[in-house]
Amino acid sequence: MSAKTNPEVIKESSMVKQKGMIAGNYDRLTGTKESGEKVVSTFVPGNLNELIMCFDMVNNLPETNAIQNGMRKQSGGMIMDAEKAGHSEDVCTYVKADIGMMGRGNIAPNGKPMPAPDMLLLSYTGCFTFMKWFELLRHEYKCPTVMLQIPYQGDGKITKNMRDFVVKQLKEEVIPMFEQVSGVKFDIDRLREYLKNSAKAEDNLVWVLESAKNRPSPIDAYFGGVYYIGPMFTAFRGTTDAVEYYDLVRGEIEQRIREGKGPITPEGDMKEEKYRLVVEGPPNWTSFREFWKLFYDEGAVVVASSYTKVGGLYDQGFRHDPNDPLGTLADYCLGCYANNNLPQRVELLEKYMNEYQADGLLINSIKSCNSFSAGQLLMMREIEKRTGKPAAFIETDLVDPRYFSHANVKNRLESYFQMVDQKRSGASLATA
Amino acid sequence: MSTADIIARCEALYEDLDFTAARQWKEADPSRKVIAYMPVYVPREIIHAAGMLPLGIMGGGDGLEVIHGDAFYQSYICRIPRSTIELGLSKRMDFVDGMLFPSICDVIRNLSGMWKLMFPGKYVRYFDVPQNYRDNVGGNYYTNELNELREGLEHLSGRKITDEALRASIAVYNENRKLVQDVYGLRSREPWKVPSADVYLLMRAGLVLPVEEHNQMLKDYLAAAVKVEAQKRDNCRVIINGSFCEQPPLNLIKSIELSGCYIVDDDYMIVHRFLRNEVSTAGDPMQNLSLAFLHESISTAAKYDDKEEDKGKYLLEQVRSNAAEGVIFAAPSFCDPALLERPMLADRCSEHKVPYISFKYAENSGQMQPIREQAGTFADSIKLWS
Ligand code: SF4
Ligand code: SF4
Repeated sequence: MSAKTNPEVIKESSMVKQKGMIAGNYDRLTGTKESGEKVVSTFVPGNLNELIMCFDMVNNLPETNAIQNGMRKQSGGMIMDAEKAGHSEDVCTYVKADIGMMGRGNIAPNGKPMPAPDMLLLSYTGCFTFMKWFELLRHEYKCPTVMLQIPYQGDGKITKNMRDFVVKQLKEEVIPMFEQVSGVKFDIDRLREYLKNSAKAEDNLVWVLESAKNRPSPIDAYFGGVYYIGPMFTAFRGTTDAVEYYDLVRGEIEQRIREGKGPITPEGDMKEEKYRLVVEGPPNWTSFREFWKLFYDEGAVVVASSYTKVGGLYDQGFRHDPNDPLGTLADYCLGCYANNNLPQRVELLEKYMNEYQADGLLINSIKSCNSFSAGQLLMMREIEKRTGKPAAFIETDLVDPRYFSHANVKNRLESYFQMVDQKRSGASLATA
Repeated sequence: MSTADIIARCEALYEDLDFTAARQWKEADPSRKVIAYMPVYVPREIIHAAGMLPLGIMGGGDGLEVIHGDAFYQSYICRIPRSTIELGLSKRMDFVDGMLFPSICDVIRNLSGMWKLMFPGKYVRYFDVPQNYRDNVGGNYYTNELNELREGLEHLSGRKITDEALRASIAVYNENRKLVQDVYGLRSREPWKVPSADVYLLMRAGLVLPVEEHNQMLKDYLAAAVKVEAQKRDNCRVIINGSFCEQPPLNLIKSIELSGCYIVDDDYMIVHRFLRNEVSTAGDPMQNLSLAFLHESISTAAKYDDKEEDKGKYLLEQVRSNAAEGVIFAAPSFCDPALLERPMLADRCSEHKVPYISFKYAENSGQMQPIREQAGTFADSIKLWS
């Protein structure tokens, strides 16, 4: 990799802080043998970070590990190992990267082995694979496993029955299991404190995400969103560190807006903003930089994305509420993007297209993720129909390098940008 | 009536992608309504109690040319949603008043939303079930969900679904469950008399006919089957696992038998056998359905196994109680639940020294030769080593 594409080159103080926090978390995780801390494995969407903190446990997020391995070009081999061991080539590659990682000694990014989890917290929203994934992990680790089922918003709303069900599971299944494994008694006031921190960070996160309404947008709400802005959110939500981090980010973005700057990219500030896009679907991680470069080289900035909402739809008004600690956790889990039904997802994208004055929609369809992908072609048509703006479809995978074709994606994007240009000139001719 | 006559009728129903029988049932009385459902499980008793016809939709099979449906799905998504959309767009389901999408996987889940967008004005319900099996946790939730379904159907039909009607429907379906088990039991005991293709077609007929008619058909079949004179072959006894949603072409099922395997149990159309025992007809019917789901339902990949030791228990029990000699994992391509479940089940098989093979299919698979060869080799190896 050339020095130019090294993200270390440009560092805002928030990035330094983020890096330190993530590294610190991995050190804490790999040091649990010495520290005696207990580890819980859990998922990103609908995660219960604040609750986990109440039991002094460290969380391990297998998806994040898969992403880390994807970005470090390790996941391809891991996936093949899992396939050799009998896992189907058709299923979610996060699962296989995670399982393959175990077979290679479960080494964390700091080079030290990950501890085996003391508990699996199967709190999942919007994806069935999660359920089977944790059954597979339990099959491996044989450790206590607790499930928090989050009903899907099939009718596009959260009903009282769903909410009550989630709260009841928290009270009668999840919390007792945590107490048992951690030996720490549940203290609801402690939870309230963490939730207060969450809400503070959420305010700033939303402010940052919405700063993309400016022209030029000071952030990239997809690549930058997952790289600089989002990753802090799930694993650290509820901590004072996260509050400070988002304060810092907000300050930096305010500064960028004052200076009329576009987003930061791995190669420095993005220059001219030529295209404003909304993106649906997760990114590809194995060729993340290359992928991103295809956008910023063309002056394309992503002003809003749905993927950055898998950890919560805060920009639609949700905030963790310390006054209703368990109810708010239920609302949070039920409300994550992937738990929204297809018509809701279409509406959200349409709203983003309008509110962020986007030129078009781009869908990155992930081969191995049915949760996102099944139905995206209809979503694309709906958005085109409703907004009159062009939409495009590309296909990659999350962490399986076999399914990222640089040439294909490049071609697709180039013709897409041409389409946007044509549409624009057509529109200006029409108004002339 | 001979088994051949009955099966000929079933085959005609199976091939009829216009669902003529269900259309005729509906046309017989203008107040009638039809509620379709996707594979795995929905409580048909509630639909029946509303005076409606539950209609099982299993995709388009190999008899449907998918023209529009492919434009809605990428190549790496299983076939059943695209052929189901084809059925919808080609107006083959235009007489259907509502559709239930059971919570089985992400594809079906998203299809429920697609259906809402594509067929506005139709009753569409994503039918969720609990993955927590405690009475006062998952059970309460589920009873309320059932009541919501009940209200939805009442709204659609404009008439109340009484507890009495529900109890009566439960009784009819209890009879159906019993007869279905009898057919499966007979096949397991004397598979040479009851070919798997017969069982398959009989169960498919149960998806499109009123349950009363299906009950009669099963009775007739059972009566005729015992009289069948057929030669017992030196086949090995296998269980099919993983085919609970998108169905294989009928030829695939026949091919497995032709290759030297008797299918003595399977998970095709598990809606008929989802609840393993009678549902109580006394007391609160919704609660009875809920409790039956929690404690009497079979294990399948669309469900969460509470405890690690439960994983594969049902499959091993199927192997034992049917004296099966091997398991064939046959899953639709790109089917997440079946394919994610498979390594765990395969491990259990290995632990208990149950031989197995795995393959994938699609509802429109044309090439049977490789499957026949694989199943044949499997059968030979079992015969050789057991
Ligand atoms: S299928 Fe998609 S949402 Fe589900 S675990 Fe895999 S990547 Fe995540
Ligand atoms: S075949 Fe499998 S993946 Fe496809 S809809 Fe059915 S259960 Fe889902």
